[in-house]
Amino acid sequence: METLEKIRKIREEKRKELDLRVNSNVGTREKHILVCHGTGCTSSKSPQIIENFRKILEEKKIENVRVVQTGCFGLCAKGPIVIIRPEDTFYAQVSPEDCEEIIQTHIIEGKMVERLLCQDIDGSKVQKLDDLTFYKKQRRIALQNCGKINPEQIDEYIAFDGYKALEKVLLEMTPEEVIDTIEKSGLRGRGGAGFPTGKKWALTKAATGKQKYVVCNADEGDPGAFMDRSILEGDPHSVLEAMMIAGYAIGANQGYIYVRAEYPIAVERFGVAIKQAREYGILGKNIFGSSFEFDVDIRLGAGAFVCGEETALLESIEGKRGQPRVKPPYPANQGLWLKPTLINNVETYANVTRIILNGADWYSSIGTENSKGTKVFALGGNVVNVGLVEVPMGTTLREIVYDIGGGIPNGRDFKAAQTGGPSGGCIPKEHLDTPIDYESLKEIGSMMGSGGLIVMDDTKCMVNLAKFYLSFTVDESCGKCTPCRIGTKRMLELLEKMTTGEAEPEDLNKLEELAVNIPKTAICGLGQSAPNPVLSTLKYFREEYLEHVKYKECKTGECKALANIQIDSEKCKGCGMCKRNCPVNAIEGEPGKTHKIDESTCIKCGTCITVCPFHAIG
Amino acid sequence: MNENEEKNCNCMDKKLKQEMQEIMNQYTQVKDNLIPILNEVQMKYGYIPQTAQKEISEYLNIPMAEIYGVITFYSRFTLKPKGKYAISVCLGTACFVKGSEKLMERLKQRLKIEEGETTPDGKFSIDSTRCVGACGIAPVFTVNGEVYGRATVKKLDEVLDKLME
Repeated sequence: METLEKIRKIREEKRKELDLRVNSNVGTREKHILVCHGTGCTSSKSPQIIENFRKILEEKKIENVRVVQTGCFGLCAKGPIVIIRPEDTFYAQVSPEDCEEIIQTHIIEGKMVERLLCQDIDGSKVQKLDDLTFYKKQRRIALQNCGKINPEQIDEYIAFDGYKALEKVLLEMTPEEVIDTIEKSGLRGRGGAGFPTGKKWALTKAATGKQKYVVCNADEGDPGAFMDRSILEGDPHSVLEAMMIAGYAIGANQGYIYVRAEYPIAVERFGVAIKQAREYGILGKNIFGSSFEFDVDIRLGAGAFVCGEETALLESIEGKRGQPRVKPPYPANQGLWLKPTLINNVETYANVTRIILNGADWYSSIGTENSKGTKVFALGGNVVNVGLVEVPMGTTLREIVYDIGGGIPNGRDFKAAQTGGPSGGCIPKEHLDTPIDYESLKEIGSMMGSGGLIVMDDTKCMVNLAKFYLSFTVDESCGKCTPCRIGTKRMLELLEKMTTGEAEPEDLNKLEELAVNIPKTAICGLGQSAPNPVLSTLKYFREEYLEHVKYKECKTGECKALANIQIDSEKCKGCGMCKRNCPVNAIEGEPGKTHKIDESTCIKCGTCITVCPFHAIG
Repeated sequence: MNENEEKNCNCMDKKLKQEMQEIMNQYTQVKDNLIPILNEVQMKYGYIPQTAQKEISEYLNIPMAEIYGVITFYSRFTLKPKGKYAISVCLGTACFVKGSEKLMERLKQRLKIEEGETTPDGKFSIDSTRCVGACGIAPVFTVNGEVYGRATVKKLDEVLDKLME
């Protein structure tokens, strides 16, 4: 019981100390400067910002100010982000050189640094994080600790109800009650397919076998999705705690987390979390005085998309080529080393502790009829506010793209949004008002997937996009089954013919035939869903395919062999933007007069099309 | 091969074998430690030398052919050394939509090598990655792991010019 008392004490004391992180009216002279230390902000020098702040504070001998590295705040487009608590001031695109001014003006003089305040969608400067339109429609459950705590300090996690769910489960609940709560909450797998989580737990518990395993799938392969990485980087203990709860529920004493090696920060932070939990006696034997024991190990992925498929992931943990197994038997019965194994994705686990603490009814009150809770989306592509957003299920695409995302930059129009990565599909304009959940996305030819949401403007060619996804699948197909290994290759070849102007009319039929038959015959999710990008673009943008095949034309200019880039003399104002940005100096023209492209030097890179403020090039 | 070179070569081999022992000793001799060991070797040398494969094969009692199978399956593992400047263009969806394809083309055009290759002088190598998670500053490319965000063909040219000096 010693551990438990120690943790309860930390929770009480630390919570008081950190109250200023969540309560802006707290009467304290202390200040916390929170600096995002997620991957996006780290790439734009946030570690140096932290260092500079610390150095300046020391030089000026300022006390009562703490510099804290946190996980991702979500608004990656405006990074590096610095937030000062308790007043909740939000500074965007801070550079290491700005630290001096922030300390002098904000900390010493008590005034805001106006020029670093974040600009909202309507152009107004916003002082507080909560006032930004980006955050107003969001509801943070899985991401609730990201950007609030220092992920490398277990005490900060404990302060905000950390390991309280585990305590509740071990002291007050039977494994059956835990599973029952998860089932009633309506939580479904956030990794893609949306299988009911509670049911999966129940199946694994019911499986015969003494040795069972809990696995966390953190092989976030969908290019453009980074929520799992952000959770691991910003709140690793919540995943660790949930894995332990799952272990108690199904009767396992060993867990594995399989993380991509491309995510070094996430790997490191999770490693720190495990170490701290062991030191505190949270991981180990007789946890909180109960008879339950549990430990977790990290396994690194090595760059294979297919390893996100659960059985391929298991093969990979076992040290083999990551090729999927034929199902059934499912991992619940024969998983890791053929023992019953529970596999859930990072975001799924991140919801578990919240459900245990707040109850199944609370969770199921959020969302739609069949999809409960929230979903985190990685909003990217041609949208103003690129970043991580968490919204209740049932939020419409329009709300995400326009209200939260701030719409399309450069005055362009929305063309399509892509969800589900290489396994998903494109959603056109007419479905912008569809409330998003597992079922509705399937109905319109896409899928939830892990939550990548890429917005595309009207300069994007849908045939080229389909080709992009197919080349991804061909690269990543493991080669075990013929429909996927050869079928996707043939599809890619057909798309290549289309984008280079060599396609014949029957190629479109061939493409469609393959797209319909591969899902029926491939053995795993990768192959079965590989044709989705083609099927959905064929459904909504068929005329674009016809233009490529019949008229050998690509209106966006993305398919270079078909591109005929010209400047419209009526629209051109002679501003010179194209000329300045052309990497090969192929554009000529006097200021104020219509510019011209020299076709012999032009490499058809399309930069001019994107930069032209008058949309005169195409 | 003249005598000197041979001596040199043996010496290198010996050093590598010793280092391999140090790496492998951290792991128990069970098969599921193959990928963790390969990851460490790849990180240390930038590729997986044949001598290292032999050592692992003996240590874990796995045939060389199977190790070769695993190495070639995972894109992180390579059999050839990378260039002094390993340039990697992100071809994840977010970067693709923002034009990373153009960066890749420009890179190939300027260095006159294909993806996965190293220039004959060993100075540059090109790779593509699928998402480094820096979608907020897409498109991105990395040079020896350092991320360059909001990249354009012009920016890439500038970086290349500097590295070529």
